Amino acid sequence: MKNNYIKQGWLILFLAVLFGVALAGVQRGLDGRIQANKKADTVSQLPNLTPGAVGGELGQYGDLMAYKTLNEAGEQVGWVLQASGQGFADKIEVLIGLNTDASDLTGLYVLFQNETPGLGNKIVESGPDSYRAQFAGKSTKEALVVTKNGDASPDNNKIDAITGATISSQSTVDIVNSAVRKFKVALADQEDQ
Amino acid sequence: MSDQGPTPLERFINGILPENPVYRQILGMCPTLAVTNNMQAAMTMAVATTFVLLCANILISLIRPLLKPHLRILVFTLTIATFVTIADKLIAAYMYPMSKQLGPYLPLIIVNCIIIGRAEVCASKQGVFTAMCDALGQGLGFTLALASLATVREVLGSGTWMGLPVLKPFGWPAWVVMVLPPGAFFTLGLLLALVNRIGELRTRRVKGTGA
Repeated sequence: MKNNYIKQGWLILFLAVLFGVALAGVQRGLDGRIQANKKADTVSQLPNLTPGAVGGELGQYGDLMAYKTLNEAGEQVGWVLQASGQGFADKIEVLIGLNTDASDLTGLYVLFQNETPGLGNKIVESGPDSYRAQFAGKSTKEALVVTKNGDASPDNNKIDAITGATISSQSTVDIVNSAVRKFKVALADQEDQ
Repeated sequence: MSDQGPTPLERFINGILPENPVYRQILGMCPTLAVTNNMQAAMTMAVATTFVLLCANILISLIRPLLKPHLRILVFTLTIATFVTIADKLIAAYMYPMSKQLGPYLPLIIVNCIIIGRAEVCASKQGVFTAMCDALGQGLGFTLALASLATVREVLGSGTWMGLPVLKPFGWPAWVVMVLPPGAFFTLGLLLALVNRIGELRTRRVKGTGA
């Protein structure tokens, strides 16, 4: 009986190994290029996330990677954090804009997502009424909370969920909360030293 | 295993119109409706799907004597998933903005019925050359279908074609609904009706001359 299973399934096992090796090769070959594309995308977003920025210096803060964004005169205008976490379908990678003392959010940008088309993928949309636009201007004193009652306003710490995409909305907020909290700790540690 | 069924040329021609995957088989509706609001996205999707279709058909045709009937679907999906992942990575590496625009629709090629359908109908039964012609014919048929939808939707919805201004300079009031999902359904319905009507007229004419 055991022998029979092998006889029946060997082709699938063989193909699985073969395809696995082939995909590992493709990943090795293309990953550098894909990462470079992401980096270019990140750098091009710095001015949108922290107004006035023309460039930035990448550094490590705790276990987070962040850009210290600078204006034309070389003065700091804020921070852009790179953060990621599990979404509904796949990993979500975001960029979070903060002001210089990390007290306010200045923007949010989605670098990578595979959320449900038409629902969860609305987290990438831009525009004055978009989900993403709610983040700019929020204080980081309190953690952000997702609300389904439509009572989010620029003055409170609430973010309106996207209709039909509660998990994507919640995941994005969780990623932001966790990254901001860790970053503030790392920043305070650095100043102590 | 003998090579029975339509000849390579028949397979190729059938895919383009007589058995067009979208207009005749009504398969692959997800990408047909979802990514046809502009021509560039539609063409990227069509090329990626044709690439996967071609690779999967060739590989499955090569290993067809080894397939066990009850395990064949597993082999098909495994093969398709591999080539889709390769296509997805290639687009992310060389066409990054397009990869972001298409987002999850590229990995979703895995569940495109056209590809598994061709593996079942043609590649698992016929030789490599026939399977290749079949993939190219069906791929071309899919491309034409996406191109027709995307042309109508982009020209009416944005006043452009492939990003080039077509109706825009004449003050065309872009019909936003054509870019949105309802526009996809309107366009598909009307084009399906048109294709059916043409088919009907043609059969009638053939019958008329034959009598």
